[in-house]
Amino acid sequence: MSDTQNTHVTGYRFSILIWVDLLILTLLTIEVAQFDFQSLTVIVALVIATIKSYLVGTHFMHLKFENKFLKAVVIGVGVLFLAVLIVLFSDYLFY
Amino acid sequence: MTSTTLSHDVHPVHFDAYGKKLGMWIFLFTEVLLFGGLFLVYAAYRFLNHDAFHEGSAELNVVVGAINPVVLLTSRLTVAMSITALQRGDSKRAINLIMWTLILAGTFMFNKYYEWYTKWEHGLFPGMDHYKELPAGKAQFFNLYFFMTGLHAIHIIIGSILLMVIAFYIKKGTINQQRYTYLENGGLYWHLVDVIWIYLFPLFYLII
Repeated sequence: MSDTQNTHVTGYRFSILIWVDLLILTLLTIEVAQFDFQSLTVIVALVIATIKSYLVGTHFMHLKFENKFLKAVVIGVGVLFLAVLIVLFSDYLFY
Repeated sequence: MTSTTLSHDVHPVHFDAYGKKLGMWIFLFTEVLLFGGLFLVYAAYRFLNHDAFHEGSAELNVVVGAINPVVLLTSRLTVAMSITALQRGDSKRAINLIMWTLILAGTFMFNKYYEWYTKWEHGLFPGMDHYKELPAGKAQFFNLYFFMTGLHAIHIIIGSILLMVIAFYIKKGTINQQRYTYLENGGLYWHLVDVIWIYLFPLFYLII
């Protein structure tokens, strides 16, 4: 019955490595915010945030070792949110 | 919880780890869409009140704000490591690491309290004197700030309670090396709450 559990075990060292990556990205977020990229500022912040979420999702939330269905649904929810965002802004930008 | 524990003892074969995890993920999707809706409101109001949002953000303390993502990030590491510890059969270390997570969650909440308190002192909480005098755009910024960080803080509290319950059951032996899905699910919730903060932090504290 124990084989019903996901057998992949993430090592301590690997977790610490991901933590260091995320820490660097957090500092980068703060650093980058000092510069004004005009309209791109938000985009830059969101791109870094999305890279961080990706790292968290694949490694800490273990998505890398989950089955295809779960991965597909996670991507689906992301796409759904993005679609709603685009529709919302298509409304505001061309109002 | 008790009934689930009982059914384990009676029908150990029916422990459905995948089903439990899938259920957790489906719940997490509803959370993503809950906060997602709020981010859409934020995006629309920020688009309409660009300058006011800049001014509002300038009043938030970046240093205090920057401590919190680091604290949360570290708490996520301790959660991930406690899962590793339990999978390797070291339940004592797993409980210790959960305790560290709770201490970090407490640090986060204290920080948040301090931050809210200074805003409160300045009368910036929705409905207070200073808030009422703010121009519409800035008032919207603070309204969203309090609502979204507040809702996030509630999630931190719920996550902490969840982890406490999980630590209790690890100690009891119900959650163990063979059946650690509940700890994994608690970890998933914790990571999601942190992912939300990954987006909240730059959007509220770091607007130029």
